[in-house]
Amino acid sequence: MVAIAEAVPKRASRFRFILDRRDVLGSIFVAPAILYVLLLVGVPFLMAVYYSVSAYTIYDPSWRFVGLENFKQIIEDPVFHQTLSNTFIFTFGSQTLGLILGKFGALLLLRPFPGRKLVRALVILPWAVPIALATVAWQWMFDSLYSVINWTLIALGFITRDQAPNWLGSQGLAMLSVIVVNAWRFFPFAIVIFLAGITAIPQDVLDAATVDGAGFWRRNYQIILPMILPIMTIGLVFGIVFTFTDLSIVFLMTMGGPVGATSVLGFAGFQTGIVSGDVSHGAAISLFMLPVLLVVVVVMLRFIRRREI
Amino acid sequence: MQRLTVSKVVKETSFYGAVAFYLVLAAFPFYWMLITSFKTNPDLYNVSNVPFWFNDPPTLEHFRYLFEKTLFTTWLLNSLIIGTCVTAITLVTALPAAYSLARMTGRSGEALGIGIFLTYLVPPTLLFLPLSRVVTQLGLQNSMWSLVVIYPTFTIPFCTWLLMGFFKAMPPEIEEAAIVDGCSLFGAFIKMAIPLSLPGILTVVIFTFTLTLQEFVYALTFISASDQKPITLGVATDLIRGDVFYWGEIMAGALIASVPVAIAYNLFLDRFIAGITGGAVK
Repeated sequence: MVAIAEAVPKRASRFRFILDRRDVLGSIFVAPAILYVLLLVGVPFLMAVYYSVSAYTIYDPSWRFVGLENFKQIIEDPVFHQTLSNTFIFTFGSQTLGLILGKFGALLLLRPFPGRKLVRALVILPWAVPIALATVAWQWMFDSLYSVINWTLIALGFITRDQAPNWLGSQGLAMLSVIVVNAWRFFPFAIVIFLAGITAIPQDVLDAATVDGAGFWRRNYQIILPMILPIMTIGLVFGIVFTFTDLSIVFLMTMGGPVGATSVLGFAGFQTGIVSGDVSHGAAISLFMLPVLLVVVVVMLRFIRRREI
Repeated sequence: MQRLTVSKVVKETSFYGAVAFYLVLAAFPFYWMLITSFKTNPDLYNVSNVPFWFNDPPTLEHFRYLFEKTLFTTWLLNSLIIGTCVTAITLVTALPAAYSLARMTGRSGEALGIGIFLTYLVPPTLLFLPLSRVVTQLGLQNSMWSLVVIYPTFTIPFCTWLLMGFFKAMPPEIEEAAIVDGCSLFGAFIKMAIPLSLPGILTVVIFTFTLTLQEFVYALTFISASDQKPITLGVATDLIRGDVFYWGEIMAGALIASVPVAIAYNLFLDRFIAGITGGAVK
């Protein structure tokens, strides 16, 4: 009996038998994705790290090892200090503004009213539309001569034409402008995240709290806030990662100027590494993003793990 | 009674006032795109005109210029080709990977899935230097095909994660029944899992396309030849001659490129949120 049973599988079906093992087929299925990511994210990442400790430029493609020399030179450069603090100001400013706008926007959209769907669709626009295109529209709105914002301020009598601010041409205002545009881009995302979190809270939990005498603020801060904290964190992680490493808004609106006032890490890395061709210093500048990214990723992992328990 | 109604009116007014504020804040730049793209140049560049509406009759001049005198149609076509190819690559790799991580690899699959998703958070500004060397090595510098190769580095992680959630929500009994009926494991995936996950696949197609349209950094880094640019890069950087911005044309181009993405996003928003939050909401 045993002999017959063993004689039945032929060569072709032995191959099929292997494919029918869950772990084997599973590995084959997942391999292309892993390979793609390893080859084009993992390897380049290691290359970036090696660039940063080498003397590699596009004019001198030798991979001479120079240790931490690049980092030392960068840290001693006062321009870089400004870039670094700009990056933090840009991230902190736009995320705070975006979160505040998002929170209040979500509270508004929670209440049913006629046309709510249309309002939501329109409010999502800043986040949906390619940011490069929306940035160009803002650039036009901040135009030194034909700014619609200035026109309105003048028409309302707040300023005269010779007092009209040059939004992208003066240091403080330029930073304010890029922060506003980035906050504008992220607040719909914050609204959507808040809405997803709040609508997922079971109504009976809120009802029970109300019956037990919890008022508006207490419900808001002791029940709603802790319950939406995980989803809020994930939203914030996305916001921070994409803002801290942003290049497009600054590149299109101010080119890092005036006099480096809006230069951020991503932009400085691009200017040094791509435009000037000093790859090793560019890579070293970009790597300064890494500590922040790591912290953010650890936070994210903690929350993902928590949800699984 | 009287006081109650007054306070109610005040409350309603401030509510709708706040809604109006958000509407203006979010939509005004797009209104501005729209009205700029239909205005005549003398109307645009006259500070004594009220800028919010037409002082001269609207014109199609900018759109005509955009389609006849610039590479706009080429960029549009480039973006379509890039989007289609990246979508194909993403589907072929992410579908089996997501299925495997959701169904076949157990707890290690979960960890691997999170690992793949985290690569979505590795920013282009960290990788563009080494990747531009990779692109050169592949002989693809200054070609839109470089983007076809590079864009899957973020669409595959994102879509694998999205589809993993989708497969997990599907009852495994259906495939198990197919296997009991003599279907192979591979056959169950092709004949059962894929057809059942069509809505998920559609979401992936839409989002891969919009992600490729939204990308700017890699395109800016790898491509400087005008006729190879995707639409976003072309409109944002190529309609400037010297120091002169062609605002009418730029806004017209931005408008055309924005509309389809905006519609797609709105239709698939809930899936997108469910995807990135990975079910942090229960």
